[in-house]
Amino acid sequence: MKLADNMLVAASPANKPSGLSRRNLLAGAFAGGFMFAFQLPVRAANEPTQPPDTTEGKFAPNAFIRIDTTGKTTLVMPQVEMGQGIYTAIAMILAEELDADYAQITLEHAPPSDKLYGNPIFIIQATGGSTSVRAFWKPLRNAGATARAMLVQAAAEQWQVEPASCTASNGQVMHAASGRKLSYGELCDAAGKLTPPKEVALKDPKDFSVIGKPLKRFDTPDKVNGKTIYGIDAMVPGMSFATLAQCPVFGGKLAKADDRAAKKIPGVRQIVVLDDLVAVVGDHMWAAKSGLEALDITWDEGPNAKISSKDIWAHLRTASETDGVIAKSVGDIAKGLATGERIDASYEMPFLAHATMEPLNCTVHFKGDSCEVWTGTQIMSRVQSEAARAAGLPIDKVTVNQHMIGGGFGRRLEPDMVVAAVRIAKQVNGPVKVVWTREEDIQHDIYRPVYRDNISATLSNGKVVGFKYKIAGSAVIARWLPPAFQKGIDIDAIDSAADQPYDFPHFQCEYVRVEPPAVPTGFWRGVGPNNNVFAIESFMDELARKAGKDPVVFRRELLGKAPRMLAALNLAAEKANWGQPLPARVGRGVSIQPTFDTSIATVVEAEIDSQGEIRLRQVNVAVDTGIAVNPDTIVAQIEGGIVFGLTAALYGDITIEKGRVQQSNFHDYRMLRIDQMPKINVHLIKSGEAPGGIGECGVIGGPPALRNAIYAATGVALRRMPIDRDAIAERKKS
Amino acid sequence: MANLNINGEQKSFDAPEDMPLLWVLRDILGMTGTKFGCGVALCGACTVHIDGKAVRSCLLPVSAVSGRAITTIEGVGTTPVGARVQKAWLDLEVIQCGYCQSGQIMSAAALLAATPTPDDSDIDAAMAGNICRCGTYVRVREAIKHAASERQT
Repeated sequence: MKLADNMLVAASPANKPSGLSRRNLLAGAFAGGFMFAFQLPVRAANEPTQPPDTTEGKFAPNAFIRIDTTGKTTLVMPQVEMGQGIYTAIAMILAEELDADYAQITLEHAPPSDKLYGNPIFIIQATGGSTSVRAFWKPLRNAGATARAMLVQAAAEQWQVEPASCTASNGQVMHAASGRKLSYGELCDAAGKLTPPKEVALKDPKDFSVIGKPLKRFDTPDKVNGKTIYGIDAMVPGMSFATLAQCPVFGGKLAKADDRAAKKIPGVRQIVVLDDLVAVVGDHMWAAKSGLEALDITWDEGPNAKISSKDIWAHLRTASETDGVIAKSVGDIAKGLATGERIDASYEMPFLAHATMEPLNCTVHFKGDSCEVWTGTQIMSRVQSEAARAAGLPIDKVTVNQHMIGGGFGRRLEPDMVVAAVRIAKQVNGPVKVVWTREEDIQHDIYRPVYRDNISATLSNGKVVGFKYKIAGSAVIARWLPPAFQKGIDIDAIDSAADQPYDFPHFQCEYVRVEPPAVPTGFWRGVGPNNNVFAIESFMDELARKAGKDPVVFRRELLGKAPRMLAALNLAAEKANWGQPLPARVGRGVSIQPTFDTSIATVVEAEIDSQGEIRLRQVNVAVDTGIAVNPDTIVAQIEGGIVFGLTAALYGDITIEKGRVQQSNFHDYRMLRIDQMPKINVHLIKSGEAPGGIGECGVIGGPPALRNAIYAATGVALRRMPIDRDAIAERKKS
Repeated sequence: MANLNINGEQKSFDAPEDMPLLWVLRDILGMTGTKFGCGVALCGACTVHIDGKAVRSCLLPVSAVSGRAITTIEGVGTTPVGARVQKAWLDLEVIQCGYCQSGQIMSAAALLAATPTPDDSDIDAAMAGNICRCGTYVRVREAIKHAASERQT
């Protein structure tokens, strides 16, 4: 299997407007399986679903599959590859039902089109929320099976036999009785003339020959030799290079820029001054960067110039005390909280930056009556429409070239870097690549929101009676997908909280929308569940201690109605040698999570030295994600997710002073490095259930499990992230 | 006009003397395999070899490397150790997004060239300057050991 040349361009005729024509009532599953119904523009049922570049000599039964007369099989990827291995998983699902010849498969990025490539969960063409396999599992299997059925029918007609007497495998249709066979390439003309069947039979999972195998990823060979072209690597003939500065204070404007010194820098071509940013365009990034440093910029800092983290937290804490909108209620919470011994606690989560290794970038050629964009994005169709809006052009005049992504984590679910690049490109003659410095990338992120969660629970005879959980924080959904924000509830903010694996007799989940002043907030890998699982699982350990019970035993007793979660908990505990003695100041902590239709239990073992520094010793994760499309990718995602989550727990803290972000690069926005790594053991549980989400799951369980390990080792009940070393230093212990 | 020996080839170009090698490679020579990550030698994405040693190219003025042998990710596979590292990376499926992996591979190849059978502390010392945001460290370590063992067999 190989990539289309550089995977630079999906055939340009395919760059059609992502027409959203009609509003429909849609009931869908979001994230952790939380069901909701909302108004969204979706495609009309009678709109064509043919891929736009159906050409002579190609069999193109749907938007995902094209087979030519040589048998070359092109699979169009509706979701974007950003490291999570989704291109391989999508290809495996299609190839499984198609019975394709794996060696003949070429993958192509999908062009922008919600109609053809919209994510069935989000409706728009977005890659996020660990939805790809869940959302596309059935559509892709149907697409593969439909194509296969048409190829089989074409062969059967040619041989004048019953289709049922034919079989297909490895890119060929066979008729065993007569020993005849025809390749998919030979059949593609005839198959292309057939009407796709309305219904096709899907394989019984026990007959899967590709799905469930730890297949090698198709994207990695070009990533070991520098050949992969990320957005930042796009090269367009005649291009110039630019970097930008935006007002360091959120919402501020440019007052003036003295460019006399900058213009003297060799290689500087042009200074682009817009109302809220300034960009230097040069022969290369070095000229642009040197030019930017030489600019003397005066900012009009605007109304946010006095805002600090202290104000933001005061605002959030006050708001969190108000009543929330009830997202879920079980039993009678008032009665539950009036019975037994009551415990209250609040947990707080900081702003976080994404810090993708590939800094934000976008290349744009604005040609007056049309515009071409090169970037790696999680929102292909929205990038096209936002670029069109910024360019002042109709959508069909904007071509977007998708690229491999050097880390998304939710940052590339936003189009701001594209909009900025288009605005700059409108002032530049010829194509221009706009690359953000790391400092600009950290200081002008769209941040994981701050959250505060207030929990109250009661215990009677060591058992939970009432459990009330209230989330206060930003409603990212309300901004990002407004139709999905209904009745004051952000379905992401309550994800993995409202639907509990624990069987609490009286339970209530509430949500208070609180938007932090000035600071823009967005999705960050693990999204809402990062906050909820941290708060709930931290509190569960505090409850267990109050009840005088072992944390695993305490959880086990509440998981009677969640057998998959219980099995994951038991497996993680067993593999981690739960209950075996440990040295002083070494602890094990556990966390469970019902995230993205996947049941996960995590045990972290850590040592806390006398200064409060943490040594991660071992992490064991048990994962039941249903059918594992590519088991090795799932293990890799959990391993990497653990690193991502523990990085945040140990270091992640974006703070605001005078309206601006205080951190700027990897010295003060630190990352976990290889010399700090624990052993990570991932244990996959075999399952025949439909596949769950996986890309974000690993991120979520590490922080609460580490927090609980610290609790076990030191007795200190941390209630804020990141971990406060002073609070857990030995000298603090009385 | 500057002249550099890159992957065994002579390359001539115009560039300011203080221009870091990273931007010469990427923006002038179009060799985009070497990555920009932080610009201040904190992340290792821009790692290249200068006379076989791993060096961050984002702070390395082009004037400092004339006459030296420069190897980038595009050329490291022609060395036996570089090819072994690339193969180990694929055998163990180390890579996720891959953006930092040019730098990881360059650091690992330099480590193995100098220390053919590194222990964990050698790996920590050589690789701690390379950040991977996808968190592939477990496999980076295994792959280095795998590449070292391939040499023995």
